[in-house]
Amino acid sequence: MLRAHKSRAIDAQLFTWPDTNPALLGSRCTACGFHAFPAAASCARCGAVDPASVRLPRRGTLWAWTIQRFMPKEPYRSSETSETFRPYGVGYIELPGALRIESRLTESDPAKLRIGQAMELAVYVHRIEADGTEVMNYAFKPLDVESRQ
Amino acid sequence: MRVAIVGVGMHPFGRTPERTGLQQGAYAARRALSDAGVQWQDMQFGYGGSYSSGNADALGNELGLTGAPFTNILNACATGGSSLLAACKEIQSGAADIGIVVGFDKHDRGAFNARPAEYGLGDWYGEAGFMLTTQFFAAKIQKYMHDYGITADTLARVAEKAYRNGALNPNAWRRTPIALEEIKNSQMVNDPLTKYMFCSPAEGGVALVVCREDIAQRYTDQPVFVAAAAMRTRLPGAFEVYGTAVALDTVRNATEQASKAAYEMAGVSPKDIRIAALQDTEAGAEVMHLAENGFCEHGEQEAMLRNGDTEIGGRLPVNTDGGCLANGEPIGASGLRQIHEIVLQLRKQAGPRQVPGNPLTGYTHVYGAPGISAVTILQR
Repeated sequence: MLRAHKSRAIDAQLFTWPDTNPALLGSRCTACGFHAFPAAASCARCGAVDPASVRLPRRGTLWAWTIQRFMPKEPYRSSETSETFRPYGVGYIELPGALRIESRLTESDPAKLRIGQAMELAVYVHRIEADGTEVMNYAFKPLDVESRQ
Repeated sequence: MRVAIVGVGMHPFGRTPERTGLQQGAYAARRALSDAGVQWQDMQFGYGGSYSSGNADALGNELGLTGAPFTNILNACATGGSSLLAACKEIQSGAADIGIVVGFDKHDRGAFNARPAEYGLGDWYGEAGFMLTTQFFAAKIQKYMHDYGITADTLARVAEKAYRNGALNPNAWRRTPIALEEIKNSQMVNDPLTKYMFCSPAEGGVALVVCREDIAQRYTDQPVFVAAAAMRTRLPGAFEVYGTAVALDTVRNATEQASKAAYEMAGVSPKDIRIAALQDTEAGAEVMHLAENGFCEHGEQEAMLRNGDTEIGGRLPVNTDGGCLANGEPIGASGLRQIHEIVLQLRKQAGPRQVPGNPLTGYTHVYGAPGISAVTILQR
């Protein structure tokens, strides 16, 4: 039986992978202090080049959210079909001292999402390629869900 | 010198299988030319665009190849506003006396599926499922409702008004009123927005004939003047569509910037505006855009809509032609549709949806990806 041993990040610049304690990778302008995610080659605020790489905080709070209830057309790429598609949460997570980033949420039940709640980074399998390689993406999950597990 | 709009024309929005997008643009142009009593050959220049239906200068194939300069504009939802802005500058520079602005489009069914690379984003952004404008608008109104106490009833009221106004507009696509409860209880698409709270990509065309203020009377006894046309783009860290991140400090968004610039240019304040067309690609957008364009404080929309302030007979009628919700969104034509409606209203030619009284000043606003906004202030 084919087992999926191989994995890779959906984009190698987004987060540390493979890593037992992965972190999102952003950048901070050495001239004006502006944070960016994903890491930028130059600063979107002042235009200075060569910003410093930063590992973004793994924990933050939910700033805004919605649920994606229909399966997106391309360029969406998952292993789902219109029959197996399951709605997913999308939100903006406020990372203290850095910025707010757009992220998928592991939770898609609106009753379990609350603006201001504590969230933590969770890397998940986004799709599996034909050769069995797992394509990993970043998401955030509510911390209270984790504590119940 | 102000620029005058002396002719307007529109191809009905919706679905027209028998005409291409370009042909719908030509139809609108013919109507605008006829409205101004001029010929295509009289046009000294043209500006226009479409997102999905080809270059607007191909209109020459339909209307006649005159040799006049025609510049294609492609600026997302601000395509129409940017075309009008360019036309105003052409006239104000003294380079030309009269010209045409045209926008048209014909989109496939279903949500837009833009490519991340067009916006300087990595492929991962689309693959992961973020390349949907609807998500941004839903997350933004979700937060707005939380911060300012806006209810789902208010969102439903926006959509209910749109379809009711659309029923009064022969050029609108959705012309059947839908009850408030049905809107509220229809299928949830992107929480908190239901199916009937979204507009759909559509088809249509709109054209304007514009000229120097001092010759406007040659073409019409009811010229409408462009008191301001402003377009702005996003600032670093602002909360905008297709943004991977938002700064911790509050940053003025594209709408707020364009609005402020337009008021300054026209020398008027929000209190002077008697009728407005605001981007309402979904119901939450109209609510937030009321405040972002200066028509109320954040949170006042709840009472405003309950009181009927934005109805055709209200204090500030908004989207009297049914807006994007009832007309759908052909990107190249959508902003010009707003201008078409305000011109009709200021001329008192809007028929059963005519706002009462004597409106002298109107306002149009569009917002689109990736954080771009165009505002005009129009005066009779």
